[in-house]
Amino acid sequence: MADCDETIKELERFLDSELATEKLEHLTTHIDGCIDCQQTFEFHSELRQIVRQAVKHEPLPDSLVDRIKECFGTDLSDESDLR
Amino acid sequence: MADRNAFAQEAMQYAQSLYTTALRMTRNPADAQDLVQETYLKAYRSFATFDEGTNLRAWLFRILTNTFINNYRAKQRRPQESELKDVENLYLYHRLPELSQLSSSAEDQLMDMFAGSEVREALESLPESFLMPVLLSDVEQFSYKEIAEILDIPIGTVMSRLHRGRKALQQALYEYAMNRHLVSQQALAEIAPPTSTSTT
Repeated sequence: MADCDETIKELERFLDSELATEKLEHLTTHIDGCIDCQQTFEFHSELRQIVRQAVKHEPLPDSLVDRIKECFGTDLSDESDLR
Repeated sequence: MADRNAFAQEAMQYAQSLYTTALRMTRNPADAQDLVQETYLKAYRSFATFDEGTNLRAWLFRILTNTFINNYRAKQRRPQESELKDVENLYLYHRLPELSQLSSSAEDQLMDMFAGSEVREALESLPESFLMPVLLSDVEQFSYKEIAEILDIPIGTVMSRLHRGRKALQQALYEYAMNRHLVSQQALAEIAPPTSTSTT
């Protein structure tokens, strides 16, 4: 079974879902039985959610949606007219 | 992708993500909106070169970051990687007891400890080479491989920048929390000066 040091070393890759299944199972067995590691992982997972929410919080302005749609519409037909 | 309309429709669903990412990179809404518009314009123009097997979301983010680097980076004043002192692993976690003592309620969750605006400022204080991987991973949840392709750097570099970027972010968050506490203590002292000195 993995120990705390080994588990914490893989914390980022674990939370990034970048571990191979075998390694993941190996670490999960340890985490399931270790309150310290559980708390550490929960903290970092929650911190990520906070970062995500803070960034995602800003709504997409309607004016930008219109500007993007303009990119899709006119531009290329203009270019093909020039050819 | 079969046609331009289908492409436009599918690309449109990533506008929100591209915009919030652009906001953190440019640090102002006007530039962020220009950057996203340019991204879509370039994507639409090079639609013909888009390989159907490619991940459209990653492709759009690649255009976004390249456009930012070429056209907007010069306007930014960010610290360099070398200006940051490296801190130990689990930086914030180890200081959690200290931070918990500062909050008004013992029930305070981590969520209440850091305001959204502070998190956004902390992100914006990161060197660009750290900010991009952190946004792409923590916020957009791209894989290391996708981030490597978007930023055109090796996977090992993605991992080391994420590691250092996250530590730097934690350090900035800690400093915000400490400063906020000091400021609120000062404000309290001004509103209610020590009573022992008042004799009237």
